[in-house]
Amino acid sequence: MSESSIGRVVEEVAREFGRERWRLMDIARGVQQRLGCVNSQAMDAIASWLNISRVEVEGFVTFYSFLSKEPKGRIVIRLCDDVIDQMAGYEEVRRGFEAALGISLGQTTPDGAFTLERTACIGMCDQGPAALVNDVVVTNLSSDKARNIVRSLRENPRPERLVQRFGSGNNAHPLVRSMVENNIRKAGPIVFSEQARGEAIRKAVAIRPAEVIRAIKTARLRGRGGAGFPAGMKWEFARAAEGSPKYVICNADEGEPGTFKDRVLLTEMPDRVFAGLTIAGYAIGASEGIVYLRAEYAYLRRYLEHILDRRRADGLLGQKICGKAGFNFDIRIQMGAGAYICGEETALINSCEGRRGEPRTRPPFPAQRGYLDCPTVVNNVETLACVTRIMEAGPATFCEHGTPQSSGTKLLSVSGDCSLPGVYEVPMGITLRDVLEMCGADEAAAVQVGGPSREMVGPAQYGRTIDYDDLATGGAVLVFGPDRSIPKIVSAFMDFFVHESCGECTPCRVGTRLIKEQIDRILAGRGEPKDIDELLQLGETIKQTSRCGLGQASPNPVLMTIKGFRHVYEELVSPDPHGYQRSFDLTESVREAERIAGRRSIHHREVRT
Amino acid sequence: MSEIVTFTIDGRRISAEAGQTILAAAQACGIYIPRLCHKDGLTPVGGCRVCTVRVNGRPASACTQPVAAGIVVDNDTEELRSWRRQIVEMLFVEGNHFCMFCEKSGNCELQALAYRFGITAPRYPYLWPKRDVDASHPDIILDRNRCIMCGRCERTSRDLDGKSVFGFVERGIHKTLAVNADARLADTDLDLTDQAVNACPVGAILKKRTAYRTPVGQRQFDREPIGTSVETRAKLTIDGGEPR
Ligand SMILES: Cc1cc2nc3c(=O)[nH]c(=O)nc-3n(C[C@H](O)[C@H](O)[C@H](O)COP(=O)(O)O)c2cc1C
Ligand code: SF4
Ligand code: SF4
Ligand code: FES
Repeated sequence: MSESSIGRVVEEVAREFGRERWRLMDIARGVQQRLGCVNSQAMDAIASWLNISRVEVEGFVTFYSFLSKEPKGRIVIRLCDDVIDQMAGYEEVRRGFEAALGISLGQTTPDGAFTLERTACIGMCDQGPAALVNDVVVTNLSSDKARNIVRSLRENPRPERLVQRFGSGNNAHPLVRSMVENNIRKAGPIVFSEQARGEAIRKAVAIRPAEVIRAIKTARLRGRGGAGFPAGMKWEFARAAEGSPKYVICNADEGEPGTFKDRVLLTEMPDRVFAGLTIAGYAIGASEGIVYLRAEYAYLRRYLEHILDRRRADGLLGQKICGKAGFNFDIRIQMGAGAYICGEETALINSCEGRRGEPRTRPPFPAQRGYLDCPTVVNNVETLACVTRIMEAGPATFCEHGTPQSSGTKLLSVSGDCSLPGVYEVPMGITLRDVLEMCGADEAAAVQVGGPSREMVGPAQYGRTIDYDDLATGGAVLVFGPDRSIPKIVSAFMDFFVHESCGECTPCRVGTRLIKEQIDRILAGRGEPKDIDELLQLGETIKQTSRCGLGQASPNPVLMTIKGFRHVYEELVSPDPHGYQRSFDLTESVREAERIAGRRSIHHREVRT
Repeated sequence: MSEIVTFTIDGRRISAEAGQTILAAAQACGIYIPRLCHKDGLTPVGGCRVCTVRVNGRPASACTQPVAAGIVVDNDTEELRSWRRQIVEMLFVEGNHFCMFCEKSGNCELQALAYRFGITAPRYPYLWPKRDVDASHPDIILDRNRCIMCGRCERTSRDLDGKSVFGFVERGIHKTLAVNADARLADTDLDLTDQAVNACPVGAILKKRTAYRTPVGQRQFDREPIGTSVETRAKLTIDGGEPR
């Protein structure tokens, strides 16, 4: 395509969004969709359209996995390679696709029709192996299905045609039409309770914003996104903060591997989530709400837009909401583009502003200076659903569930070696044992609670409870049976962090990679006893010195498993019987020397392998 | 005049203006906190983490953390020295640093910190990345092998030169310094007189034809180890002289 026609495409896309810098994400996504890439000319055109430097556009485009400078195929197949999908047969599926397409992972077919890639968790662990075909989710894959998918796409290159049977609930909605299943195994009394549309907002606007905040505080609602910060207190800070306008943001980035409850909530209870965001807006005095939706959930977008339209029509969004003079509020959806770090609230804010998803330094906190430097509240999808229920039924009813420190219920996303993977709404304070019983995980040898960022626990600790005082979690429960190799799981988790580190700070950018290499060396049989203590020291340094929650949590897979399963490592790092230093790979070193010298070593054959 | 607060660093009582960073407040009193990504006059970003201190027990980057009345800051403890040493070692293995051939040797802040911390060789395996050298510009050379991703050039160019010549692309361990052009430094508006040219703590941005004007052995940190210019002020204070 010529330079001028690329310029035309960029302008066509960009005109829809205008020239404000925070539109960069929408523009880049639009151009990617039209051209299959954001190439050099497109970056130049975007830079001049937004009046920002070209290197900023390049920095942005290359930060996000779903944007690329290099041309991608018209159909991009992204295989989810998280640990649960690996256990479910990822490798076989990958080989199936590779064989059918005649390319390897990471490549594009010569005719430009297909690109095959890996991607981090897409939130389908309860129905893996799964993949994205452009925006379309395909689940329960096998190598045969991979071949069939490629065959049908060759016949008809429209990915939506791959969906022959719709999933449960609103997955069958005409605006979703997806094969994704909800797998709601246990609907509890709060998040999944019967909805009364509009009731919560009517009750909220009938009282003063400060009283709404008091109700949330009385309910002792804490953030469901992982950090567990008291929601009422956060709102109070933002309400008191100087500056206007103010913003509320719903964090629907759901990137922690093994977490998918927000996806189900958005599918089945979007009104409850939007109501919560609206109430948050009323409480802090905001007139705009943003839902930051991860790119992997793009298939829900049209449906969510439709729900928003319906709410506008019903007077639940827009001017004078529920007749309340002076309360004007609307919500827009901001798509992400593939970056786990954008779930971190300040990275999310940067992403919304059209910047690289790098976390900001604190202070200032978002409640003081967030989106566009205005006071901003960021809350998780589930937190906002709880808000709505608290307004509907009152704080006292909310506190009837859970424990004094951790009120209410928690949504768990359960996956892995269990017979009933899916979403469970359980009271806070439930024991892990009860959860495992519910989901049919009789043989669980280890459970990762909270995803890679948190903790792996063994059977002796199944009496521990899921709440803010003990096993705090955003909701992921990954079950591992007795045949799974813990160091391999750890290696996969570290792979995730290496891929997802934003790269801003040294310990996370470099340290996670060093841990990953050391673990892989141990797995390759070249570990030494001293490796264990070295890993502990390196991990501790990364944890203590990293700039944000990602880096601070990134060594947890190693630190937690050495703590709980040290024997597994000790078996792998026994001293070499010949007294050799195992970490030194003689074969590889000789090969390297040969490469440099450009000839074979005379000892070539004698090298011990 | 803004409010004055007092707090302690390693047990020493310090006064500072509210809003000042811990690093700046310490420096004004002759206490050197190691730093790489921060340079006086730039907006701190807290990237390299070499300035990590403990504030009331919690780790924080001194270059970004504002002072507050009564805080207890640990700076020169064995634990913090150990973390900083490890971070510097990480930077050494992340790039390709051959001090013995490097024009910046003796003027390099990374090397100088390694000396200060007593590092002889990094404990981690080298990552040996493949990185590009850009010698296209008539006056300036950009050797990415030595880049430590501190972003000082980026911020200097943007905030002090008003140009945005530099920026980062990719993420994580693949993060790389890029220039504001399709590929070459020569195609940017970088000028020899830009402050960005002098912003680099290591030998990644160098002026051509200047490398050996000062012989090795007589260079900045050969004459005065890193941090000492700050610390000699402490002596002055203790001896009754005026700080600053
Ligand atoms: C690396 C990282 C990823 C995160 N991802 C998410 C996420 O996907 N969804 C989410 O709600 N919170 C996520 N968080 C937590 C957010 O920073 C923030 O605490 C949360 O959105 C606040 O909402 P809450 O108080 O309602 O939980 C993440 C944090 C970190 C450090
Ligand atoms: S810890 Fe550092 S490198 Fe890692 S994601 Fe956070 S800011 Fe980025
Ligand atoms: S070139 Fe120098 S100043 Fe720029 S980021 Fe790299 S090390 Fe820092
Ligand atoms: S100097 Fe503070 S983080 Fe780099």
